[in-house]
Amino acid sequence: MSEPLVIDVHGLTKNFGPKRVVDHFDIQVPKGAIYGFLGPNGSGKTTTIRMLCGLLTPDEGEGTCLGFDVRKQAEQIKEQVGYMTQKFSYYEDLSIRENLDFVARMYRLDRRKQRVDQALADLGLADRQKQLAGSLSGGWKQRLALAACLLHEPKLLLLDEPTAGVDPKARRDFWDEIRRLSALGVTVLVSTHYMDEAVQCDFITYIAYGKKLIDGPSAKIPEMVGLETWRVEGPDLAGLEDRLLKEPGVVQVARFGTVLHVSGTDKPTLEATVERLKAEGTHRWSLQVAGLEEAFIYLMTGARDNFAGDGGGSAPGTVAA
Amino acid sequence: MTLGFSLRRFGAVLYKEFIQMRRDRITFGMMIGLPIIQLFLFGFAINADPRNLPTLVEMGDNGPLSRAVIAGMQNSSYFAFKGAVSGVGEGEEALRRGTANFVVVIPADFERDVVRGNKPEILVAADASDPSATGGAVAALSGIVNVAIAETLTGPLAQQAGSAPFSMVVHREYNPEGKTSTNIVPGLLAIILSMTMVMITAVAIVKETERGTMEMLIATPVKPLEVMLGKILPYVFVGYVQTAVFLAAASLVFGVPFEGSVWAFFLGFNLFIVVNLALGFLISTAAKSQMQAMQLSFFTILPSILLSGFMFPFAGMPGWAQFIGQAVPATHFLRVVRKVMLKGGEVADVTGELWALLAILVVIAVIAMLRYRQTLD
Repeated sequence: MSEPLVIDVHGLTKNFGPKRVVDHFDIQVPKGAIYGFLGPNGSGKTTTIRMLCGLLTPDEGEGTCLGFDVRKQAEQIKEQVGYMTQKFSYYEDLSIRENLDFVARMYRLDRRKQRVDQALADLGLADRQKQLAGSLSGGWKQRLALAACLLHEPKLLLLDEPTAGVDPKARRDFWDEIRRLSALGVTVLVSTHYMDEAVQCDFITYIAYGKKLIDGPSAKIPEMVGLETWRVEGPDLAGLEDRLLKEPGVVQVARFGTVLHVSGTDKPTLEATVERLKAEGTHRWSLQVAGLEEAFIYLMTGARDNFAGDGGGSAPGTVAA
Repeated sequence: MTLGFSLRRFGAVLYKEFIQMRRDRITFGMMIGLPIIQLFLFGFAINADPRNLPTLVEMGDNGPLSRAVIAGMQNSSYFAFKGAVSGVGEGEEALRRGTANFVVVIPADFERDVVRGNKPEILVAADASDPSATGGAVAALSGIVNVAIAETLTGPLAQQAGSAPFSMVVHREYNPEGKTSTNIVPGLLAIILSMTMVMITAVAIVKETERGTMEMLIATPVKPLEVMLGKILPYVFVGYVQTAVFLAAASLVFGVPFEGSVWAFFLGFNLFIVVNLALGFLISTAAKSQMQAMQLSFFTILPSILLSGFMFPFAGMPGWAQFIGQAVPATHFLRVVRKVMLKGGEVADVTGELWALLAILVVIAVIAMLRYRQTLD
């Protein structure tokens, strides 16, 4: 491990009443990395992020964030972390400038006016600074939120579904900004539902029902899941899809436009099935490299059955980052 | 540097709160307008001492003394004579139907019996279904009668005037002037303050949670105490404005005196504001939405109106109700205000109430702080 770890936690667990929301979660995030945090709704992503930045105290587990103890040194962590909440959490009845000004004062920043002016200029909102934040569109609110949580120049950014409900152009701009910050040495942990965003991450961890299923460099994830995928083109894909799901070796059939991606983990059985269908000659079959999409669809649909009983939630082939 | 209270951050929360208060026109209007509306509505509309009550009379005797008694009653403005009845049944019927609040029966040979020293009785049958409506008028009777006697029994009859020549049963429940606004208006300050202070504080804090801004706030290094004080102090200021408006209106419009010590009033009123803000804060830790905060606030307002002695005399309540009433902050503030404004109370006269308020404050504040820490997690 060449880079120092910015986040290094083990066994984080949080219960809300009888419900275990996060179950023995480990994560190691190296400095400057963009770490993607994926998982279905209600899987414990937000709770984990809140534990990392000291908003929630874990029931079990320990570790450090920016070198500070996540259990005891929440104050110090808060000084150096920029946390962007899932829902817009700035004051809608304050103007853009007033919001930035307020945040700057919360962190007791020096050169406040200068910093706020700079942030407004970077945002391109200098001439609309007196507008109320509540009147901004979703994309602008997101930009304001990012600017606000960057004001104190944090070393770690925790972004909780930052691009939900934002248009594609704004999302692309947002990710350009994230990459620029990462290049400057800022570490980013970002939760998302979008595959095109997951691809942009250096590392990905996938969590479902509070348990981590897989964790590794994003390029290696499909390999770690161990899927073989065949691409099928031809007529009546809908009919074929229904039929394929009943065939041996086929775990998942996903449609991408005019092609089907047929995947399975048991390679010999899947190949036997494919050979048999190929012989019918109605469709064109070709083997292809399994992508992140297939891997995640597979994880999301099969997560519980395939991993729940298996070694306390660690996925086959989990590698430490 | 990182730990400990930051005046700068506290100032920032305070400043932000003032901006939001100014932008929220409806709430701001409510804070200033509602107390004035309440003051005028209650001040003028609530009248425990109604005048011009419909009265019937059965004249069994028509001499100058009888007429003087009737004229005196009419002049008091409590009684408005609507006509005469003949016989007990007619009078009872009128009372039952509510067409009259009083039936005055002057017995036959009334004047002769007075002159002979037989001490006859004038019967005043009052509709007692609403005692507070007729109480004032009943209480005023004795004064009226005395005036009538003094005017009529002159010359040789003057000796009869000295030794109560006839009788009437009188219940003295109200002060002789019977001016309700004097009593109601100081009490209103307690009600208005508890209503607006508790509700506005509770809502202002729950709003942060409901809109998600609390999450952003606690993700910054700001301390709970800085948030709490920064959010509460602007409303202390509002309480000052409300009280100033109130005192001005009480003095200029209702002519309520301010007899006692300004210091006693100032101490009591500051303590009461802080108690209410703490109560609002406590409610905000329990409420999950602004709607719930409103409803919970209303719960605390009902006992303030009903059990504090504002609406009904405190001493008249049963023991258990008085016990609950002692725990209501408005009970003690009400006494401070009435003692100071009306009875000329000094600080020494209200120490009991001040201690009671302080005790309530400590209990509420401790519970609120304990709960606030929990909700952060």
